[in-house]
Amino acid sequence: MKGLKFILAGVVFGIIMAKSEAISWYRIQEMFRFQSFHMYGIIGTAVTLGVLAVFLIKKLGLRDTEGNPIVFQDKDKSWKKYILGGTIFGLGWALTGACPGPMFVNVGYGYFAMLIVIAGALGGTYLYGVIKDKLPH
Amino acid sequence: MLEILQQPWPWYVSGAAIAFMMVLLLFYGKSFGFSSNLRTMCSIAGAGKKVKFFDFDWRTQKWNLLFLLGSIIGGTIASTFLRNDEPLALSASTIQDLAALGITFDGQLNPSHIFGLEFATSFKGILVLLIGGLLVGFGSRYAGGCTSGHAISGLSNLQIPSLVAVIGFFIGGLAMTYFILPLIF
Repeated sequence: MKGLKFILAGVVFGIIMAKSEAISWYRIQEMFRFQSFHMYGIIGTAVTLGVLAVFLIKKLGLRDTEGNPIVFQDKDKSWKKYILGGTIFGLGWALTGACPGPMFVNVGYGYFAMLIVIAGALGGTYLYGVIKDKLPH
Repeated sequence: MLEILQQPWPWYVSGAAIAFMMVLLLFYGKSFGFSSNLRTMCSIAGAGKKVKFFDFDWRTQKWNLLFLLGSIIGGTIASTFLRNDEPLALSASTIQDLAALGITFDGQLNPSHIFGLEFATSFKGILVLLIGGLLVGFGSRYAGGCTSGHAISGLSNLQIPSLVAVIGFFIGGLAMTYFILPLIF
């Protein structure tokens, strides 16, 4: 089954998110209060190694498992949507302590109240789709 | 091995593991970004009939939904086989700050004050969780990505727009933490 590798990758991701405590509301609060290095260490390590990996992939022109070249899409060169959307995201992140991935990992962990957060996130995504053209981008 | 995995993971192990996941998905020919699943779910629910933004072939995103399904299973494995019942090593100053808000540190991953049955089934609780989720969903789509898409994938590819988005994450997060949370709790 072709999809199995994605399920397995997701399982590993879920375990990482939970065991790193990145799904913890408390840890997100601690991060926004600058009272521990924990979350900065996680993100900093991930990004540092990520930069190195992406550099090597580009430099060596590596291909994916299907044999296609690995391509990176540049993000649009506007800033309004990133700063405005990002700020709105941040408000929700600090309130619920969960970004989209951890919401689902938390449900698996047994925090079923996160289902309400997920319902809100789906509503928010839908709302964006409806009023998208009226927003500055 | 199991005993090592059951311990709380140090930040450098967690960070390296996240970078590995991003690279693994690149080698699978995909790009690591979780919040697009929310858009896909809206499309599957039929939102594409009314709103153009959701009118796309969601089957191309099936891999990411499988990844999402896996992440839920991963959460369950972490809370059963890899569980560790030591209290979270939260910083003493955070415990103190939260106590001032009336949120007691219970040593778990998430406070029962917010995610426990009592609050989550109260009118205020449902409203808080629903609005919080709404902000995350709306904001991540507006910004074109969340923590995985921008803070990890985007920054790894040295994208300035992703850096702007991450700055936004912090503006919103700090405003919520210092100004709005004290009004809510």
